[in-house]
Amino acid sequence: MEPLLLPSIPDLHTIGVYEANGGYTMLRKALAMKPEEVTEEVKKSGLRGRGGACFPTGLKWTFMPKKSEKPTYLCINGDESEPGTFKDRQIFEFNPHLLIEGAVIAAYAMGAHTIYLYVRGEYNRWIRMVQKAVDDAAAKGYLGKGILGSEFSADFYLHRGAGAYICGEESALMNSLEGKRGYPRVKPPFPAQYGLWGCPTTINNVETIANVPVILRLGAEAYAKIGAPKHPGPILVGVSGHVNKPGVYEMPTGVLLTEIIERHAGGVPGGKKIKAVIPGGSSTMILRGDQLEGVAMDADSLKAAGSSVGTAGLIVMDEDTDLIRVITRITKFYYHESCGQCTPCREGTGWMLKILKRFESGEGRREDIDLLLDVANNIEGNTICALGDAAAWPVQSMIRRFRDEFEARVTGGAVGVERGVPVAG
Amino acid sequence: MFSEKSLQRLEELKSRYQQPQAVMLEALWMWQEEHGWISEEGIAAVAGNLGVPVHDVYGVVTFYTMYNRQPVGRHKIEVCTNVSCMLRGSDRILRHLQDRLGIAPGETTPDRRFTLVEAECLGACGGAPMMQIGDDFHEGLDPDRVDRILSKLA
Repeated sequence: MEPLLLPSIPDLHTIGVYEANGGYTMLRKALAMKPEEVTEEVKKSGLRGRGGACFPTGLKWTFMPKKSEKPTYLCINGDESEPGTFKDRQIFEFNPHLLIEGAVIAAYAMGAHTIYLYVRGEYNRWIRMVQKAVDDAAAKGYLGKGILGSEFSADFYLHRGAGAYICGEESALMNSLEGKRGYPRVKPPFPAQYGLWGCPTTINNVETIANVPVILRLGAEAYAKIGAPKHPGPILVGVSGHVNKPGVYEMPTGVLLTEIIERHAGGVPGGKKIKAVIPGGSSTMILRGDQLEGVAMDADSLKAAGSSVGTAGLIVMDEDTDLIRVITRITKFYYHESCGQCTPCREGTGWMLKILKRFESGEGRREDIDLLLDVANNIEGNTICALGDAAAWPVQSMIRRFRDEFEARVTGGAVGVERGVPVAG
Repeated sequence: MFSEKSLQRLEELKSRYQQPQAVMLEALWMWQEEHGWISEEGIAAVAGNLGVPVHDVYGVVTFYTMYNRQPVGRHKIEVCTNVSCMLRGSDRILRHLQDRLGIAPGETTPDRRFTLVEAECLGACGGAPMMQIGDDFHEGLDPDRVDRILSKLA
């Protein structure tokens, strides 16, 4: 497939090159359509959110009220903090105008006149790059009052975060944007009814919005034929860990994980076996290396395999990997990032970390395995936002699929295994 | 006190939002860029500028990890040790920095040149192991490369 989101055209990030390659013509096309026709096209394309939840984008847009006495907002989520995820930064750097064009089209479809792009604070260099693109787009009349001679106006503002994973959760993002602690909100009410300052708001991921001009260019029907039928389109897959060529690769959805690892990412160094993969960022359930056969990067396939697409951040671990260290590090992350509102998550992540540290040092007790599972089960589903689930799933799946690794670290250990020595296999 | 330029910029930014409090994170960024860290004076200045209680600003400052609540060195080195970096040897990078600088994570060198911090995932997993210094990402690190990068910093 020819790359659609990140085509290899030199200097595509500059407005002149972007225009010379057909840039902003889809905005012109959209402005000649009725807003609901644009939404209908996105609905028909089958595009599903690329921020982790895979929710149908067009459907989400229809939740916005047709008529609103209050202002309505489009928020773009560029918080990108899920461990293993580094794809939106590629769009900021190499194709920022595609994001801006998609944002204006989306705002037009939903009748929003203000667009906020929330970007994690650590990406300050990339914030400056996107700001330059926004300034250039505004100077050419693609943003601001009466866009391209139409009656539609929209402003585009960048908003810098300050270091908090939880602000990638959409309601926490809105609170953060309002200048508050990034606490997730109880839902309902959903953002389309009660979002920023209580006004109708839609939050979409950066990559999701970048797909919008592509849909209009190809047409919804052709777009829907790319990749997996129920989860179509191009997808940016970030591959990290034990591969020869880590990086972000654009491909259609539905490519086999083994093909992504072997063909795109150059295989595992030293030809080692794959012990495990995390398919979609640290929150998604870990898979055993011996269960990857036939599993593809799309929502249905990964669900059937007992995991999920998440943000398509594929983390590969070779046969020598100490998975107890991996799960301890991941759990430390969620403990650090829990916002502290809900007791199960605030306390539970700490308890899980404490138990895991015992295993890490080879001092786990046999009953700790079930205790750990019990704590994880009591976090899952019992919190305001999905961070609780995100902390529980890696632990639950690690115990389910690699119970032997825990048993080998129990005090006294399994037969023939010394205390505290990492176990392969 | 904010500089005259920052005060002007803050007023300009407030026009982008329904409520002035939305400028909170940016106001704190500005204070940190001007003063290096966010003191009690900084918290009071932001509260005064936005017309919100001091405790609201305090709540925000303590929630986000990028605000320095105490003075830091000229270069703040943040080493990612999350899973993708860990798999590719971030331990070795962190240990090398500790040995070279003679400080533990969270500490600043006596000459106030460097502060060392262990960071959560910085979104550069494809270039692991990595560290961030100021706004710059340094990827594909090994101890020699770390040395070369540090030797270029004043």
